[in-house]
Amino acid sequence: MGLELYLDLHSQPCRAVYIFAKKNNIAFEFKQVDLFAGQQYSEDFGKVNPLRLVPALKDGDFTMGESVAILKYLACKYKTPNHWYPSDLQRRARVDEYLAWQHMTIRYQGSRIYVFRGLLPVLTGQPVPKERMDEAVQDLQTAIQSFEDTFLQDRPYIAGQEVSLADLVALVALMQPVGTGLDPLEGRPKLMEWGERVKREVGKELFDEAHEKLMKEKELLKRIDPKSPLTQQLAKKLQKVYK
Amino acid sequence: MGLELYLDLHSQPCRAVYIFAKKNNIAFEFKQVDLSIGQQYSEDFGKVNPLRLVPALKDGDFTMGESVAILKYLACKYKTPDHWYPADLQRRARVDEYLAWQHMTIRYQGCRIFMFRGLLPVLTGQPVPKDRMDEAVQDLQTAIQSFEDTFLQDRPYIAGQEVSLADLVALVELMQPVGTGLDPLEGRPKLMEWRERVKREVGKELFDEAHEKQMKCMELINSLDRNAPAIQQFLKQVQKKFK
Repeated sequence: MGLELYLDLHSQPCRAVYIFAKKNNIAFEFKQVDLFAGQQYSEDFGKVNPLRLVPALKDGDFTMGESVAILKYLACKYKTPNHWYPSDLQRRARVDEYLAWQHMTIRYQGSRIYVFRGLLPVLTGQPVPKERMDEAVQDLQTAIQSFEDTFLQDRPYIAGQEVSLADLVALVALMQPVGTGLDPLEGRPKLMEWGERVKREVGKELFDEAHEKLMKEKELLKRIDPKSPLTQQLAKKLQKVYK
Repeated sequence: MGLELYLDLHSQPCRAVYIFAKKNNIAFEFKQVDLSIGQQYSEDFGKVNPLRLVPALKDGDFTMGESVAILKYLACKYKTPDHWYPADLQRRARVDEYLAWQHMTIRYQGCRIFMFRGLLPVLTGQPVPKDRMDEAVQDLQTAIQSFEDTFLQDRPYIAGQEVSLADLVALVELMQPVGTGLDPLEGRPKLMEWRERVKREVGKELFDEAHEKQMKCMELINSLDRNAPAIQQFLKQVQKKFK
């Protein structure tokens, strides 16, 4: 049995893993884990990732979670082109630095906007109060400013002259609010150019394919039953994580 | 000019870097960044880490932040014993997996307890409300349970038979609340044994030395000038981050 990747492309870290594997022609079986249908709670998936999170990987008997770790594993195992995860210590450190910093900043804030604009209003039947929404928008912009000033600066990519895992992870996270009608890079021409550059490196067709579900988010949300126990559970969890 | 490490040993990620460097006899100049008096906002430190966070590293002209990235950089550059960051892909993946997962779980929750029990009551003049405190304690225990069930299981260490960066980072984080009188591993004999094992590997003397300041954290906290602008700013940041 070959490599299996357990994914739901609504999830940013899943998209990063999917795009990276496809771009590098890594053969894998796509195992759909539909988060809105609660498939992460199935017994089978529990054997792959007891934390019930996607993405997850199964390679023979070996299983793991955490997209940042999965990406590094794939880059090393399949010997992808050096620029994705450079062997040069200092360029690699730039990639590792961004991938560590982003969890509680770009990743969290991008997700929060998506949850506040897209998910919570549908799941709870009410909009998020204006002051919380404004704060969330501001917090994302603060994170993006740090991204621009510290991680990108005047370089074409985070680690220098070539695209790496850091750019891919950053871009998919910044796409998360876009399906709800908010482009967080609006008004930031330098970052918009960076985004286009990364898309070109990855391949526009692959990038768009990976983001198709997310872009049709509103349609999906219309089909959700706000009263189902699963939906209630999801709403509770989201309200706790994204205060 | 040799390696410089910018540290405040009250900070968990700083302790991980300090212990790792000392344990492996990596020569460095200890550059104190006293967070309690706002030294992270100095012009000099801004040139090392514009994000104003510790730990930070300066190696010639190269500067970086983020403890997880710094630890990997040091492990590779100074060719520390393999078990710290194994060359074997799957063992390395176990380390990377924990180091990615811990940011928003063990790290965040351990820090939150320290803030709620130690800093906030002193800086605001009032205890944190009981329901928020109880929730924080519960959330840390939930994270610790996941740590025990998924990351450690029945192994002596996270990545298998030998200690690694993952164990070191986990342990310094779990020490953060201890100076406020709460041992989060109380009642968990398996984890307490793991803790003693990791301490032995690192060297008890080094471990205790690194934690000396944090064990006396209440003395420092009680001596803080609540009205100083740096402290006020810090308080606001903490209240926002740990709701």
